[in-house]
Amino acid sequence: MELIAIYPDPPPPDLARTLDMAGYRWKAVASADEAARSEPAGGWAGAVVAADQDPDGAWAVCRALRKRDTPVAPLLVLVGGGQLADLELRDELFDDFCLSPFHPMELQARLRHLFFRGADTTRPDVVEHDGLALNLETYQASIEGRPLDLTYMEYELLKFLAQNPGKVFTREMLLSRVWGYEYYGGARTVDVHIRRLRAKLGEEHANLIQTVRSVGYRFGQSRWGG
Amino acid sequence: MLDQQRDYVLRTVEERGVRLIRLWFTDVLGNLKSFAISPAELENALEDGMTFDGSSIDGFSRVQESDVLAMPDPNTFEVLPWSDPKAVEARVFCDIHNLDGTPFEGDPRQVLRRNLRAAHDRGFTFYVSPDIEFFYFAPPQPGMAPVPLDEGSFFDLTTTDVAGTLRKETIRTLETMSIPVEYSFHEDSPSQHEIDLRHTDALTMADSIMTFRLVVREAAAKQGVHATFMPKPLEGVQGSGMHLHLSLFDGDDNAFYDADDAYHLSPVAKQFMAGLLHHAAEITAITNQTVNSYKRLVPGFEAPVHISWARNNRSGLIRVPIAKRGNPSATRLEYRSPDPACNPYLAFSVLLAAGLRGVEQGYELPAEADANLFELDDQALSGLGIDTLPQSLSDSLRVMERSTLVREALGEHIFEWFLRNKRSEWRAYKTHVSQFELNRYLRTL
Repeated sequence: MELIAIYPDPPPPDLARTLDMAGYRWKAVASADEAARSEPAGGWAGAVVAADQDPDGAWAVCRALRKRDTPVAPLLVLVGGGQLADLELRDELFDDFCLSPFHPMELQARLRHLFFRGADTTRPDVVEHDGLALNLETYQASIEGRPLDLTYMEYELLKFLAQNPGKVFTREMLLSRVWGYEYYGGARTVDVHIRRLRAKLGEEHANLIQTVRSVGYRFGQSRWGG
Repeated sequence: MLDQQRDYVLRTVEERGVRLIRLWFTDVLGNLKSFAISPAELENALEDGMTFDGSSIDGFSRVQESDVLAMPDPNTFEVLPWSDPKAVEARVFCDIHNLDGTPFEGDPRQVLRRNLRAAHDRGFTFYVSPDIEFFYFAPPQPGMAPVPLDEGSFFDLTTTDVAGTLRKETIRTLETMSIPVEYSFHEDSPSQHEIDLRHTDALTMADSIMTFRLVVREAAAKQGVHATFMPKPLEGVQGSGMHLHLSLFDGDDNAFYDADDAYHLSPVAKQFMAGLLHHAAEITAITNQTVNSYKRLVPGFEAPVHISWARNNRSGLIRVPIAKRGNPSATRLEYRSPDPACNPYLAFSVLLAAGLRGVEQGYELPAEADANLFELDDQALSGLGIDTLPQSLSDSLRVMERSTLVREALGEHIFEWFLRNKRSEWRAYKTHVSQFELNRYLRTL
């Protein structure tokens, strides 16, 4: 199970306990910024936002997690009994809700159902594309069946791109999603690593990673065939 | 992040069946050093480092404590493409620490890290892209002149281009080791080749140059050819240089670029260049560290002799290449004196320190020298305020030993050791009676 984000930090103790009991891996975040900063390279697997203490902060976090190119899903929001009206007109910000205080069994059942529904979109252990195969479990990459030896950052960058084929990413997006904000090399680092990846992919596969002029990079073909 | 990197390395070793991991580091003179460990020891090495006796390494020895700690940098872990597929080997660059965990002051990689941190504290990332020249010769025989593989010249294309095939093979290997090549061609001199690498941050590039020299030599040796980075192996033809294209980035912006300037150079670029020029003589012992280096830095070839700059004048020390239109990120300075026999970690360290000193103290950039300086006499040059680079290793060392800038950039340990080692190289050279002297004096005097 990949990492899910929970808000706020520190989280309500009964929420943390319930998630632990059910075997979810989670990380508490104190703000939308922190959710972006501490996001794992593969993205959050989902989120649980407790809105009963600080509703404004909580909805801001929901909005930040959902209003992005790859919205975080599934997202469950915990609301107090007096807050049911707040759910109105916010349908796009959550996938399900649970009344707080909650019954642990109910929350677990809702999460199980959400993650089951999401299962067809959750990422497989092997990403394959045009002769390239990335085994996410063993960290091994291969091209046309022969091993492709990558450094850690090259692997992380290729994994991120290959998991999001057809999408255009700016250098800044790649830097923040793959390297994390603490890296100070700047977006040039992304260019350097893209060039290294292309070199390793070899001439016939170098075009798996395309440069989108004055925007950034795209893995594989555009969804619109461009 | 570090934990994930370690996991990645350990898992790769397991999955790829790596049998041997070579721990790489560099001595003060820029020689690649290595010792190997088995996969069973790797986890421990990544966590706590590997202790070894530093006294066997040039420039590492100290009076009392001689044990040091090699800490692998997991981000540099690479499977070696030339290893036997049935017994795969990998390498990882190491930072050398004292046993108490502090950076070891004799480790060139740590010296560069320290200088890069100083730049980073001012908001700058230092990027370098080198043009590396070298020669292919028949395997050298003791006492004999080097024998070039071909008599080809610039961009020569022949069907039996052994050296060309070798170069292609070398480039393929470099690219599989994360070292992208920008251009490669046959240079002016017989059997001389040039490979230009794509820019990276300075630490990665210093590592890449260490790998590069090994790959070029290994690939050649496999074909029974000797590759050399000796600065001037043949008299009367061009030597091998390593021009360095330097730039500073402030986040995503090239700190050297200014759209409004006539040269498209920012004040930072001009001050950095002024710093390089002002301290050029002091850092030359590091960028050109052998007796032989100074036989390359003579008039009449493409190597610089004078401490000057210009946009399109290859006789000066610094050239400002004209960046392609609309590409501010390509604005850079080309520092032309270094040769490929230098220690890249130390060379990058002193270049950065010299440039940053110019920025810090707001040095004034001298006027551009766009005349062919080789055609001007000494009087005309001194009228222009143009000095020459040190003419010999001995001259270089004399300027260096008075330089607080170089002392600070290298740290006391390396500064002292380097001077001692190089003075003894100079003494050994001075006692040698050369063929030149015999030819010139034996009969007539």
